[in-house]
Amino acid sequence: MNLLEVRGLSKSFSGLRAVSDVSFNVPEHSLFAMIGPNGAGKTTCFNLIAGVFPPDEGTVALGGRAIIGFRPDQICHAGIGRTFQVVKPFPQMTVLDNVIVGALNAHRDVASARREARGVLERLHLDAKADHLAASLTLPERKRLEVARAMATRPRLLLLDEVMAGLRPTEVDEMVGVFRRINAETGLTILLIEHVMRAVMALAQHIVVLHHGEKICEGAPEAVVRDPAVLECYLGEGAV
Amino acid sequence: MTGAGPGLALRAKVLLAVLAVALVAAPLYTSDYVLSILILCLYFAYAGQAWNIMTGFAGQLSLGHSLYVGIGAYVAAMFFVKFGVNPWLGALGAIAACAVIGAIIGVLAFRFGVGGVYFAILTIAFAEFTRIGFDHLEWLGGSGGLFIPVASRHTMDFLRLRGPPVMFFYIALALALVGLWISAALLKSRFGYYWQAIRENEEAAQALGINVFRYKLYAVMISAALTAVAGVFFAFYYNTLFPEQIFSMGRSIEIILGPIIGGLGTLAGPIVGAFVLTPLADLVTELMELLGIDTPGVKQVFYGVCLLVVVVFLPNGIWPAIAKRLGFPPPGGHS
Amino acid sequence: MPLDLIVKGVLTGLVYGLGALGLSVIYGVTRIVNFAHGEMMTAAMYVAVLLFVWAKVDPMLAILPVAVLAFVFGFALQRTVINPFVTRPEHTQFMLLVAVAMILVNVQLIVFGPDARNVMVDYQLESFEVGPLIIDKARAFAALAALAVAAALFAFFRYSLTGKAIRACADNQLGARVVGLDVDRLYALTFGLGAACVGAAGCLMLLLVDVTPMQGPAYTLLAFIVVIVGGMGSLPGALAAGVVIGVSEALAGFYFTPSAKSMFTFALLVLVLLFRPQGLFGRRV
Repeated sequence: MNLLEVRGLSKSFSGLRAVSDVSFNVPEHSLFAMIGPNGAGKTTCFNLIAGVFPPDEGTVALGGRAIIGFRPDQICHAGIGRTFQVVKPFPQMTVLDNVIVGALNAHRDVASARREARGVLERLHLDAKADHLAASLTLPERKRLEVARAMATRPRLLLLDEVMAGLRPTEVDEMVGVFRRINAETGLTILLIEHVMRAVMALAQHIVVLHHGEKICEGAPEAVVRDPAVLECYLGEGAV
Repeated sequence: MTGAGPGLALRAKVLLAVLAVALVAAPLYTSDYVLSILILCLYFAYAGQAWNIMTGFAGQLSLGHSLYVGIGAYVAAMFFVKFGVNPWLGALGAIAACAVIGAIIGVLAFRFGVGGVYFAILTIAFAEFTRIGFDHLEWLGGSGGLFIPVASRHTMDFLRLRGPPVMFFYIALALALVGLWISAALLKSRFGYYWQAIRENEEAAQALGINVFRYKLYAVMISAALTAVAGVFFAFYYNTLFPEQIFSMGRSIEIILGPIIGGLGTLAGPIVGAFVLTPLADLVTELMELLGIDTPGVKQVFYGVCLLVVVVFLPNGIWPAIAKRLGFPPPGGHS
Repeated sequence: MPLDLIVKGVLTGLVYGLGALGLSVIYGVTRIVNFAHGEMMTAAMYVAVLLFVWAKVDPMLAILPVAVLAFVFGFALQRTVINPFVTRPEHTQFMLLVAVAMILVNVQLIVFGPDARNVMVDYQLESFEVGPLIIDKARAFAALAALAVAAALFAFFRYSLTGKAIRACADNQLGARVVGLDVDRLYALTFGLGAACVGAAGCLMLLLVDVTPMQGPAYTLLAFIVVIVGGMGSLPGALAAGVVIGVSEALAGFYFTPSAKSMFTFALLVLVLLFRPQGLFGRRV
């Protein structure tokens, strides 16, 4: 079953077509990656799904329900959690409190939100830092906090915006392991925008490739990596 | 957040117990003059807490809070002087009026994305607008002032709040405690978490499912409603209301000094700030009088210097710097 | 006679505009909101009063010494106290300047007392007759001087090397540092310039009104409103908005009551914040 259905998504900024008639489906419980060179329109696509701004054309449906035109907080209530490319922790709050904020999306009272938050922190190996201020965390830890917070909202779909950026290879591998485990244990559907191919190849079950705002390829990782159109957009005409 | 700390150390509990006893028994051993200072401390502690909810917890800077003190005062005074309604009922009207005004300001500002410094200026403008408005409102005394008939010292009319300073002391004490209790309850509730999230990063807060507009509005309205009660107290304690004084920018600044110097966004900050600043300011005034300097403005310069020193050297306020040493959990967790 | 009023409003408004220019320049470059603006203006007015009383210096001529003094004060203040706060959160900066404002206004209160002071120049009560219009000489001179100072400021930013450097800082602080500009010094320079504008505006204001210490906060608020209506960081906007507010004040003061004129200004502020928050000339961020 498809959890997320994107149909004919288009968005222009001041006449520049950032995203042009993009359609794809994200199957439930899958690990789905969106890749493409810089300026391909990945972030715009991401923001369209996350409700940051409305599309010019096209629809997005989550579990069959249209979510076009929803505010970001409504998107979260509908079941999509997202991280930010430039992490946005709540610096003067503790790590635990940061995640409790997320958990309150799915829990009525603070006590059960706190229990959920502790559980999520454990999964992301941040429980040791629970009582530390978020401002004191290192970058990889902040990235994990960002993910923990989004996960605590009990989403059906987790959107990750270049979450591997700035991480060392060992840290990337660690994150990949965390996502694999979460997906296997809880069935959480993950859609990630990524540049770091190491992570994409290790994680993704499906890949969609964007270039100049259009979808140029879609499929399993092995097939996408060999597709001539993809090779051309990454390596240039001469390389094909 | 004073959430997951190890709790109060023994010395903190002892300190609190001693302070509690000292305060409750104060009228027994202090002079009328000291009692009046304590009343002022408690008043600013309460008003500061009300302001702290909006600015400290939710991060919405209000520099025109004298608006709510003034409206609260005038509404309750109006009910009493013009309609004979006792201040306890009048306070309900004051609370309602201020909640509505807060809602108006909040809706206007937040619907249109007015935040930060612009929002602060907006709050000043509303307060100033009201000040000038009341100056021309002859029905409530205009610039000449509104007066509540004072009873003799020996009456004890609790219903109409006519009585000796002792009565006002306990009312102020109750107010400060209620303020503390409400602040604490709000802080550890969903409101507290969501407000702090909004304060720290609105965009991230929204992505986590928080209706930022609605929660900002709650913060403004609750803060306004609580501040209204401070206004009611002010009206019936001082018995004279002048628009020039009660709606003035100086009054707004007075309210916020305590929380800022004590510790913005903390629970104890406004209380610590009020109890440090008020007696100190009074000491300065006394000192000046002793030296024969009787100029207006000395106290304000003192306030200004205090604010400057704290902002430069202790940007988080006094309380976070001393909380641990006194055995209390540090506000906001460990670094 | 409305035309007289409008002219009066325009002339007064130009002086408001000059004052607000100082605020706008400082904000436009350093992103610091100078909450002590009005208090600096009244301080300048008091200095001009002293110069008049001690040395019979016409406020128009006092512009130069007062502006220089204000420049030095602003430069020093930014360099020593304010600079560390450029990177701190907004409300902390605000509080710092609130503290400075409190100290300034009350020191003035202590030194000069609460009563109003003013100057009476020879031409204070004279006026020009231009057709059916009667224009106060003092007001006309003040407005012309305001325009002159504003023009000098524009020229400085447009054509001088330092002016361009400052504009570079405003556009891109990091980029400015990368190309080797001493951003800290340029910030201090900007604050000094902004203060000098305020100083000049104060001298001119003295030709139009009395000075009391308590006017400080009122001038701060007025300058903010002018800048917001005109657009934060827009120099022509500050002048234009000053004129708009000057005219609205003049009309409101006449058709309603003098004290009601501020109420209209506030109403204007609220309207602008709601419907065109970037101001008349500002760019939407």
